[in-house]
Amino acid sequence: MVRVEGVTKRYRLGEREPYFTLREALMRALAAPARWSRARRGTARRAADAPYLLALDDVSFAVDAGAVVGIIGRNGAGKSTLLKILSRITEPTAGQIDLYGRVGSLLEIGTGFHPELTGRDNVFLSGAILGMRRAEIARKFDAIVAFAEVEKFIDTPVKRYSSGMYVRLAFAVAAHLETEILLVDEVLAVGDAAFQKRCLGKMGEVARTGRTVLFVSHNMAAIESLCQSCILLRGGRLQGIGPPSEIITRYMTEELLERGGGAEMSNHPGRRRGSIVMLRSVRVWSDGVEGGGRMGARLVVEANFAAPRPIRPTFAVTIKSANGAPIFGVSNRWTRQGAEAEPLRGGLIACEFPRLPLMPGTYLLDLYLGDFGDPTRDLDVILDAVTLEVFPSDIYGTGMLPRPIDGPVFCDATWRVQEVGDSDA
Amino acid sequence: MDAEEFAIDSAVDRPTAEAAADALQDSVADRAERPLLTIRGGRRWTGLGFVELWKYRDLLLLLTWREIKIRYKQTVLGIVWAVIQPLLTMVIFTLLFGKLARLPSDGAPYAIFSYVGLLAWNFFNTAVAGSSTSLVGNSNLITKVYFPRLVIPGATVGAALFDLAIAATLLLPMMLFYQMTFSLRLLMLPIFTLLLTIVASGVGLWAAALNVKYRDVRYALPFLLQVWMFVTPIIYPISFVPARWRWLIALNPLTGIIANLRASVLDRSFDWRNLFISTLVAVSLLIYSTYIFRRLEREFADLI
Repeated sequence: MVRVEGVTKRYRLGEREPYFTLREALMRALAAPARWSRARRGTARRAADAPYLLALDDVSFAVDAGAVVGIIGRNGAGKSTLLKILSRITEPTAGQIDLYGRVGSLLEIGTGFHPELTGRDNVFLSGAILGMRRAEIARKFDAIVAFAEVEKFIDTPVKRYSSGMYVRLAFAVAAHLETEILLVDEVLAVGDAAFQKRCLGKMGEVARTGRTVLFVSHNMAAIESLCQSCILLRGGRLQGIGPPSEIITRYMTEELLERGGGAEMSNHPGRRRGSIVMLRSVRVWSDGVEGGGRMGARLVVEANFAAPRPIRPTFAVTIKSANGAPIFGVSNRWTRQGAEAEPLRGGLIACEFPRLPLMPGTYLLDLYLGDFGDPTRDLDVILDAVTLEVFPSDIYGTGMLPRPIDGPVFCDATWRVQEVGDSDA
Repeated sequence: MDAEEFAIDSAVDRPTAEAAADALQDSVADRAERPLLTIRGGRRWTGLGFVELWKYRDLLLLLTWREIKIRYKQTVLGIVWAVIQPLLTMVIFTLLFGKLARLPSDGAPYAIFSYVGLLAWNFFNTAVAGSSTSLVGNSNLITKVYFPRLVIPGATVGAALFDLAIAATLLLPMMLFYQMTFSLRLLMLPIFTLLLTIVASGVGLWAAALNVKYRDVRYALPFLLQVWMFVTPIIYPISFVPARWRWLIALNPLTGIIANLRASVLDRSFDWRNLFISTLVAVSLLIYSTYIFRRLEREFADLI
C-alpha cells in the first residue's frame, strides 16, 4: 500500500546551469558583502524569489495493497517526477510518503547494464542494482534467461546483442523483481510489437499476483486493460482519481477543450466557391468528449444550419486522413433518411456513427449540405471543415490494437477453427 | 543553500522476501500497520549512512567487481598492468633520484624505499581521481535507481585497493632480493592499509560530492594531487625535510602512513607520533567528507 500526502517538488529555474564552477562560487563568495548590504536595504533578490517550477504541487492520494493504478497526463505533468520521488531517487520539497512494502522501480530498460560484460554478468549486476539479493538472482536466473529467450547468448558480451535481445534481457531481469510495490515508467514504449505484447502479458501476470503497481503510460489501451484505477496529473496537480475509462475520458476531454471542439462555419476558408452559406456551426462529439472520440465509440457530427428557403436537409460527411486522402464518406442522401420529413428553414442535422471504425490519429472532415429536393448538387460544401481526434481504446478488451500499417480503418471479424479429417480416396 | 532536508525513517530493517510478504498480509488486514518506509520533505538530518551502506554491501562488492572487470576486460596484459606501472616508475625513480640525485633513503635500498611509497601514492591517486568522476560517470544509475550513493565512490576505492594488492605482490621478490628480514612488524600492514583506505575514501568522497555540484573540480584535482605528491615523502624520507617544517609534513595523513608502511617492510621501529597524527587527520577527514557527501547527496539526481 502506498500513501502520498501533500507531496510537492520544486525546481529552481534560471539561466544558470544547475551545476556551476568553483570560479563562480568564488565570485559569489567575493560578492557576498555586496549582497548582504543589498539585503539590509531590502533590494536583494532572495533565493526564494527566483523563478521556479512546481513539478508536483500538493499531490495526495492513497493506493491500496494489491491495486494496479495507472498514472496518465501530458508530458511534463509530473508523472515521472512522482515515480522518481517514490523511488527515492529525488526528494520531495514538501510532503510525506508512506510505503508499506519494498519498492522496485522500473524506470528504464537496462539500468546497470554494461556493454563489455556478458549477459550473465549483467543479469547479476542489474538485479543487484535493482535491489535483489545475490541468492535471489541465482534462484531466478534460469527463469529470467528463459523469458528473454537468450539462452544461447547468455555468455557473450552484451554489446554483441541485437537491440531486441538487449531489451528482452533487460526487461526480463526487471520483470522478476518480487517487491511488494512496483513502479513502472513507460517501459512498454520500447521494443518491437512482439516484445511489447510480452511485456503487457507479464505486467498482467504481475498485476494478478497481488502486488501494488503504479504504472505510468501513454498507452491508454494498456491502462484500461491492466488498471483498476487511474490517476490524472496535470501541471503537477492531481486532477482526478477513479476508474480508468472515466479518467481517460476526462483526460481526452481536457486535451481537446484546448484545441476547441466546435467550429464556426459561417466564414470558413474551406468553403467551396459557389456554395450558399448555410452551415453555421458544426459540433463533433463522442460520449461527452468534444472534438474527438475513442476508437469504436459512438461519434456524432452535428451541424447547425440556416437556409434561405425551407429544405429537407441532406448532410454528407467525408472523413479524410490528416494528409487529405479520403477514407470513407456517408450521406443520408443514399440512405434516404429524412427524405420525407417536413422542410425546415433552419435547425440541427446530426450524423451519428454508432461505432467509429477509425484507428487512432487525426482526421479531416469534409461537409456537404444539400436538399433532397435538389438531387443534382450540394448547396453548401466546406472542405477540411473540422478536425477529428481519435484516441486509442481497448476495443477488444485484450489491451492490443490493430497495427497502424494495416490502414486507417479497423474492422470487426470473427475466427473459427475446425479440424479437417483426411480426405477419402 | 537551498537544499531542503530529507528524512527516511526505517521502521524495519530491510526485510527478507518472506518477512515482507508476511508484513504485507498483515497490513492488508490492518491499516494501522507501521509503514516500511516513510519519505519526508522537510528539514531533517539522516545520519552519515554507514548502516545503510552495510546493508548494501553486496552491491558495493558487485560494483567493485564491475569496475575491475571492465578496466581489464579488453587489455592484452590484463591485471599485469597493475604491477608494471609502479614497477617501471620505481625503476625510473631509483635511477633518477636514488642513483643520480643521490636522495637519501634512511639507509634502506632506494628501490624498496620508493616502491612502498609509490604503492601507497598510486592507490591514493587512483582512488581519489576515480572517485571524483565516479558519480557523474554513473549518472545513468543515479537518476534511475535508488541505493546509497556512497556505494559508487566506494566501488572506485575498492577497485584501487585491488590494484594495490596486485602491485604489492612485487614486494615479496624485492624483499627476497634485498635480503630483508621478514619480521612480525609486517603484521601491521593490514592496519596501515586500512588507514590508507580511510584517507583515500575521505578525500575521494569529498571530491566526488563536490564534482557533482562544481564540475571543474575534476580539472582542479590533478593539480592539487600533484602538489600533494610533492609534500608526501615518497621519493624522500621525512628526515630529508628540515626539522622546523616537519610538523607541516606530518599534517599530511599520508606521511605517517607511508613512514610506517616502510617501517613494516624494512623492519624498522614504528613512527608512532606521525601515525597518531595521521589517524586523527584521516578519521576527521572521513567524517567531514561523509557529512558533506550526505548533505549534497539529496541533490545529486537533480544536478547530474
